[in-house]
Amino acid sequence: MSADEVRQAGLELGRNDLLTHEQAGSAIFGFWVFLMSDAVIFALLFATYGVMLPATVGGPTPADEYKLVPTLIETVLLLTSSFTFGLASVAMKHGASRRQLLGWLGVTLILGIGFLGMELHDFMIMFSDGAVPSRSGYLSSFFALVPLHGLHVFFGSVWIVVMMVQVLTFGLDARVKVNLQRLGLFWHFLDVVWIAIFSVVYLQGMIQ
Amino acid sequence: MIRQSDRKRSEIRTYVTGYVLALLLSAAAFAAVRWQHATPTSAFAVVLALALAQMVVHFRYFLHISLQRSARDDLQLVLFSAVIAGLMVAGTLVILFDLKARMS
Amino acid sequence: MTDGILPAVLGRFEWQSLPFVRAWEHPNASEIVGAGAGAVVIIGAILVAALITRLGKWRYLWSEWFTSVDHKKIGIMYIVLAFVMLSRALIEGVLMRMQQATAVNSPGFIAPDHFAQLFSTHGTIMIFFMAMPFLTGLINYVMPLQIGSRDVAFPVLNSVSLWLTAAAAALVMASLVVGRFSTGGWSGYPPYTELAFSPGVGTDYWIWAVTLGSVGSTLTGINFAVTIYKMRCAGMRLMRMPLFVWTALCTSILMIFAMPPLTVATALLALDRYLDFHFFTNDLGGNMMNYANLFWLFGHPEVYILILPAFGVFSEVVSTFSSKQLYGYTSLVIATAVITVLSFTVWVHHFFTMGQAADINAAFGIATMAIGVPTGVKIYDWIWTMFLGRVRFTVPMLFSLAFMMTFVLGGFTGILLAFPPLDYLAHNTLFLVAHFHNMLIPGLLYGMLAGYHYWFPKAFGFRLDEKWGRISFGCWVLGFYLAFMPLYVLGASGMARRTQAVFEPSFRPWLYVAGIGALLLAGALASLFVQLWVSVRDRKANRVFAGDPWDGRGLEWSISAPPPEYNFAVLPQVNSRHPFHDGKRQDDPYAPPRAYEDITLPRNSMTGPAIGILAAAAAFGLVWHMWWLAIIGALAISAVVIARSFARDVEHTISADEVQRTEQRWLRAAANAAPIPRELEMTSANQGLAEVSA
Repeated sequence: MSADEVRQAGLELGRNDLLTHEQAGSAIFGFWVFLMSDAVIFALLFATYGVMLPATVGGPTPADEYKLVPTLIETVLLLTSSFTFGLASVAMKHGASRRQLLGWLGVTLILGIGFLGMELHDFMIMFSDGAVPSRSGYLSSFFALVPLHGLHVFFGSVWIVVMMVQVLTFGLDARVKVNLQRLGLFWHFLDVVWIAIFSVVYLQGMIQ
Repeated sequence: MIRQSDRKRSEIRTYVTGYVLALLLSAAAFAAVRWQHATPTSAFAVVLALALAQMVVHFRYFLHISLQRSARDDLQLVLFSAVIAGLMVAGTLVILFDLKARMS
Repeated sequence: MTDGILPAVLGRFEWQSLPFVRAWEHPNASEIVGAGAGAVVIIGAILVAALITRLGKWRYLWSEWFTSVDHKKIGIMYIVLAFVMLSRALIEGVLMRMQQATAVNSPGFIAPDHFAQLFSTHGTIMIFFMAMPFLTGLINYVMPLQIGSRDVAFPVLNSVSLWLTAAAAALVMASLVVGRFSTGGWSGYPPYTELAFSPGVGTDYWIWAVTLGSVGSTLTGINFAVTIYKMRCAGMRLMRMPLFVWTALCTSILMIFAMPPLTVATALLALDRYLDFHFFTNDLGGNMMNYANLFWLFGHPEVYILILPAFGVFSEVVSTFSSKQLYGYTSLVIATAVITVLSFTVWVHHFFTMGQAADINAAFGIATMAIGVPTGVKIYDWIWTMFLGRVRFTVPMLFSLAFMMTFVLGGFTGILLAFPPLDYLAHNTLFLVAHFHNMLIPGLLYGMLAGYHYWFPKAFGFRLDEKWGRISFGCWVLGFYLAFMPLYVLGASGMARRTQAVFEPSFRPWLYVAGIGALLLAGALASLFVQLWVSVRDRKANRVFAGDPWDGRGLEWSISAPPPEYNFAVLPQVNSRHPFHDGKRQDDPYAPPRAYEDITLPRNSMTGPAIGILAAAAAFGLVWHMWWLAIIGALAISAVVIARSFARDVEHTISADEVQRTEQRWLRAAANAAPIPRELEMTSANQGLAEVSA
């Protein structure tokens, strides 16, 4: 990537930054490659879910367990968090005050934790219905796929906290900028996975 | 300096557009299931089509993947990954459902 | 209280987990072999540690090697690991051949359970801890030099990958001393590997070793792909990259996309075993066929991960030792890319007999045969490269020639197996074992050894001994044919693979021949070590400090041997496919640049070794159900990663003066060296300066 291209991708490095634009370009491209490798993991878990969907073995079925409204709320939470992260990126890029950047990151973090809380609540209800992973192949595949996304959101949330601390410690040096950029890719990527989850898992399960 | 704030505004507009489109597409998918009129197969097809559209929106407005030269590397990477993942998922489903059909 | 504490601390460890205790309680040949192997690991480790302590080299090893993020040192460490693991897995292969040769209508000397561990570790090690580290090491060392770069894109990540691989290998070694290894083969098929049938620690060792290794390889793939994509020197367009770099790129792409299916397969199996999930169990809706599917979604591309870099090595070697440019460069690049993509479309041929419809099998059979086409293109290109060339039969060239002939043979049997109806007859027999050894020994091992001989002078500054190289080569080739050709016959006669005892007397002569072959292969490895010893002893006579012992064509030959830490004093600018070959003929490649500049390089980091040690500890904890260890290990890894992201003082600078001193020393040596013609390159006259002919 040339300097201009990096800027296009949402990164504005100062003149006297440690990293060159070339290094920043590699760093971000490398993270893209990592995400794609991760996407293959999700793709295979989706395929496994599809294969095991009929294997309910007399236990709870998708129609029994999935609820429309909580899923919708979770979707809105996650979509909104992506939007607020976008605003954080804009704040970082255009030199807004540190408080504004931290504010948007904080809002994103709260939305992410809200999503996790709701998802955990869903799982608790499923567990109390006897819909546990050891009950059937179908539930095993559900609990491998959906919580893995949740785990990603959890790691993303920890990462947001780490980055907030780094912004406070180092200000916006080149590495903080690059890592915020990567975190943004990660966060938006989780949305894409979530789209597949609510469509293929939840909505499909609720279609009559 | 004016250019700078212009760019900032246009970038915010990009995120707003993406957010609104994403919300609309999600809402449409949920609505298609909540007030389902079609057969299960076509309802699922609608949901999948909406999901695909929403993924494109996310890649375009949030992940800044576009047809522009600057994002060409990333676009090629995403498309190649999609092909490989599609191959793996489709192959898995075909093979294992075929096995299931032949064994029941 | 003690009842509760001890199991919580030690998990499911008990005294019988130690092979020595088992051998004491049941002193039969099989247990004694097991205890002996465990003792070799322990004594070997103690001896190495004692030697290092005696030489006072701990600090040096730690600060110069283990924490190094220099791609060259990481590459060398990978290859050392590969040789250690090769030694173990080869001995296991020999043991299996000995067992079968002595077990015709008799029990032999190795018990069935022990035999099953042998073929499981042999396969697992050869693929994940011999082949993968070897090719990763070679690419690590050579690729940045060939593209004119000072390092890979993510040097610390590179070190993390190395140490994850080493941790995984250590786990396999630990299984010799504590507990036992899996008996489920290198592919670990459930339901056999499920808790119901394999309740012990063996399968868990396999799961976590393979998982750590595959995570390491995924990260390596990302690192290499980004390096090749983003860090080529000025003028190095894609179609100017040396073929080895092309194969490295394609292998990296395969690693990025083919390792995840393996991670998923082993992770789901682990969920089954640890948390009572039902992915592959017999009951409650489990579907073990999905495991075969996931495993081979990885397994087939893996074959090309292994073979493509060797193709790259052969391309370099054949061209150099024929003094000709590579014939059909473009077709080789296209063939490599086609193989990369096709390798994702053939995985079903590993389980034709699973029961899917004949038309699915037919489609995958055709796709499988189609891969033969680009591979054939490559063979022809190499043959045409030699045609009318000035061919010199050096050790790497000998390996290349042996590869071409042997690999084609294996390819033929592969085409046979690609017919589903024929595969129904031959599957699970020694015919298959013969086939894949016939692909991987020439297609991987010969390639790696050719690369090792070819680039060794670059890495260490002196040539390897030719005589012992030839002895080793002879043993590798003869040993291979003797060991594996009989297996085709045995397999075609119906002898199943992984058989501990044989009940057909007519198999005996073939098993004897195969046994002799296996011993010859052990001799081949021993000669390699002798060669290394002799070469180190005679290193003064064989120095090639000037850096160009073979009249090389690529950038890696344009610098001193061994190269300085920063590789290139001034980043090169290229305008052809053979920058150094053309450079030598256009003007003086040993002319000093106008000025030297400060060079900034990444500073050494403890991140890699720390993560490796913690990962090994966490995995060990998981294997033995020592949950405290697993949790502490996992948390500590997160802590290390986060701590690393706070590190800011991560670079060091080599001053222009120092660069100048280093470079001048080399340039003086090059000026004093006598240029030699090609016929003298295998003699001590070779000081690394090539006589340039038009």
